[in-house]
Amino acid sequence: MEHPAAHAAAQSAVLAAPYLWLIPAFPLLGSLFNLAFGNRLGKAAVRVVAPGAVLLSFLTGLYAFWSLVRAGTGAVLVNRVYPWIHAGSLQVDVAFSFDPLSGLMVLIVTGVGFLIHVYSTAYMDHDEGYARYFTYLNLFTFAMLLLVLGDNLPLLFVGWEGVGLCSYLLIGFWYENPDNASAGKKAFIVNRVGDAGFLLGLFLLYWSLGDGPQDLSFRSIAGQAGELGPGSVLVTAICLLFLLGATGKSAQIPLYVWLPDAMAGPTPVSALIHAATMVTAGIYMIARMNFLYVLSPEAMLWVAAVGAVTAIFAAAIGLVQNDIKKVLAYSTVSQLGYMFLGLGVGAYGAAIFHVMTHAFFKALLFLGSGSVIHGMGGEQDIRKMGGLKKYMPTTYWTFLVGTVAIAGIPPLSGFFSKDEILFAAFNRFRVLWAVGLFGALLTAFYMTRLLIKTFWGECRADHETQHHIHESPPAMTVPLIVLAVLSVAGGWIGTPWANVLGDFLAPVFNSRHGHHSASLELALMVVSFAVALTGMGLAYFAYVVRPGLTTRLKEQLPFLYQPLLNKLGVDELYDLLIVNPLVAASRWLWSGFDVRGVDGAANGVAAVVERNSAVWRKLQSGNVQHYALSLFAGAVVIVAYYVLA
Amino acid sequence: MIGTNAILALAVVLFGIGALGVMIRRNVIVIFMCIELMLNAANLAFVAFARALHSMDGQVIVFFVMTVAAAEAAVGLAIIIALFRNRETIDVGELNLMRW
Amino acid sequence: MNAAVFSLLAILIVALAVGVVLNRNPVRSAMCLVGTLFLLAVMFVFLDAHLVAVLQIVVYTGAIMVLFLFVIMLLNLQTEAAEQSPAPMRALVGVCGFAFMGILGGALLVADGTDKFSAPVPAGFGTSVAVSERLFTHFLLPFEITSLLLLVAIVGAVVVAKKKLE
Repeated sequence: MEHPAAHAAAQSAVLAAPYLWLIPAFPLLGSLFNLAFGNRLGKAAVRVVAPGAVLLSFLTGLYAFWSLVRAGTGAVLVNRVYPWIHAGSLQVDVAFSFDPLSGLMVLIVTGVGFLIHVYSTAYMDHDEGYARYFTYLNLFTFAMLLLVLGDNLPLLFVGWEGVGLCSYLLIGFWYENPDNASAGKKAFIVNRVGDAGFLLGLFLLYWSLGDGPQDLSFRSIAGQAGELGPGSVLVTAICLLFLLGATGKSAQIPLYVWLPDAMAGPTPVSALIHAATMVTAGIYMIARMNFLYVLSPEAMLWVAAVGAVTAIFAAAIGLVQNDIKKVLAYSTVSQLGYMFLGLGVGAYGAAIFHVMTHAFFKALLFLGSGSVIHGMGGEQDIRKMGGLKKYMPTTYWTFLVGTVAIAGIPPLSGFFSKDEILFAAFNRFRVLWAVGLFGALLTAFYMTRLLIKTFWGECRADHETQHHIHESPPAMTVPLIVLAVLSVAGGWIGTPWANVLGDFLAPVFNSRHGHHSASLELALMVVSFAVALTGMGLAYFAYVVRPGLTTRLKEQLPFLYQPLLNKLGVDELYDLLIVNPLVAASRWLWSGFDVRGVDGAANGVAAVVERNSAVWRKLQSGNVQHYALSLFAGAVVIVAYYVLA
Repeated sequence: MIGTNAILALAVVLFGIGALGVMIRRNVIVIFMCIELMLNAANLAFVAFARALHSMDGQVIVFFVMTVAAAEAAVGLAIIIALFRNRETIDVGELNLMRW
Repeated sequence: MNAAVFSLLAILIVALAVGVVLNRNPVRSAMCLVGTLFLLAVMFVFLDAHLVAVLQIVVYTGAIMVLFLFVIMLLNLQTEAAEQSPAPMRALVGVCGFAFMGILGGALLVADGTDKFSAPVPAGFGTSVAVSERLFTHFLLPFEITSLLLLVAIVGAVVVAKKKLE
């Protein structure tokens, strides 16, 4: 188990790497190219440029990674690009830093991102907005890379906002349908609430740091963290505010509500943004700011609690959903909860490990579902699927691998990462360990349910659709296979007996492998394995052995079934408490204040002026003698003044 | 003996009568004639002052005033003729196109 | 001049001036004005402004008033109908006019200045020699400009008054 060491000043060796800026630059250029020339040069150009740009980023990232490894433990690569904000004591630069944490994130973002770009070239082939799609997708990659490579909080926030924007653009990609546009809006607005928390935390942090030039880089904040008063209300407040931002971006309670709706976007978007990359931004941010969180045990408890509760909350809802993407969406929310749990119990490395493995198998599952939807001609309801394994074998086998991985069956990746988190939770808050274990049971159950209903048994689609079911083209299936391999093997760098990843990440978190009881860990691993098998077994029992069981349960326990089906009414609750009052207030402000008040005042002024001038213009009678009279009267006044005074 | 003041008083009265005429009468030509009356009142005042100060400058100015009055009368009457040709009226009350 | 002569002249001048303003018939108005101007010339003579007096008769009454009469005849103006300005206007005009006259007249009555009015004038005061002596030295520029003005006035009057050629 990792536990934080005493806080020393950063001992990292800082090395210059003047090529780091290329990593975000390639996708930005790709985006601009697609924007300017995409429509003119057609799909043939776009489908090469867009994935190509991401591939170039990946290769540059690999080179940087190799340089980092060669430089030894504790090294950081930095690329200061140009001075950005220089205002008094605030001296922020555009600078990129590449340490083990950001390096890993870069590889995940560009690697998985590349696979998804390739997948999209086939998936979006019939779409009119082909160039626009890839413009947004490249732009998103650029923003995400800014986020993970940013050397300081403001630059991270720029990327943070950027991914939020691209998320909105891509969710509402098929905007002609107003529901899609609404989903995009919802994502953006809910994210904004989180962003407000992030900004407040940032301001509070800046305000509480000492006088003297601040560049708000992570190294410099880490160095000054001691001044903030460990355990103080101030530090806790800052951490909680950043947590609020993270719950928005990473879809935790209370700001998770946008993610299920975000399934309105194209499936590769769901895979990239809402499974592998953007939603991990909150986790990355908290991991990055670990030096702050270790100062506030209360805040960490909150992080862990939010994560654990969200994990089972979302898993429960996912249990009964009938849309293949919705199940995966709630599953994502739930798995993100596990990552938060990991962060909250101090197992930062474990949380990042789970980010990586989750990126592999969740992207795989989403892309697989995309393949299914593509083959089924757009159908997403699993009640109308079934028996697809004989029509779409590659999709089926890769989906199976993903399901087993997420359920947490060794030796696949999901097992190792989830187990590491659960072990850390066991040593800190046993209650949360139990909650996490229950969540694992639910996860195994609902994923197996999804697999069975989609691929096994008799096909429940109508004849017309059945006729057209086909396996997807290689551009779609090859990424599936790659991700499946990664889902199997990806966990092997983080096994408890040879935790290569943990050691690699340790300098970032100022932690080291503590001594722990090997037998305890082994015992808990067995428990996790058993729980996963139980979950899968129960699903097998309920859907294959006794097919009518679930229908009877639904009838006999409607008080359990209906609320879960209705997502536990959270959206409706928010509507009631927040949205409707705000809309009503806006409407009142508009009609009462803007229309009557402001417009009334403006029109009123005009009316007063008009009436006033209507009186005064009578002076212009056109009669010369009146004018002569006024002249003469003036002359009389002047004469009187001079003579009498 | 009479003094400057008396003559100036006469000039003032003439001026006032001329001004009243300008503002009261509706006939444009009569208004013009009243203006000439006002000019003459000014001339009287100048001559009186010339006499009082024993300076010829006052009379020279009267010379100029007369010249200018002549020029003004010529042009003004030409305008009145043109006006009458277009509007068939020389009643000031009816020449009010420039009203609001 | 003595007070009696002045008073007589003044009364006549004022009476004729009032006649200019009050006469319905424009021709009669013009004739009253002729009389006023003539009597003013007499006044000028009494004030030792001989050249000016002669010019008053020759230019003002002889030329300008003749021009006025020509125009009145040309336009064939009849006796004016008795439309008057509205009462408020007349009241205001009356107030202004009499205020003016009253204030200034009163001021003049109480003013007490010492000047050289009663002293005899230098020789040659008011003759053409004296006028031209000032006119062609000190006032040369205004003189030249005035001649230009007359040219402009002549041309202007012709241009404005002539009928448009078809």
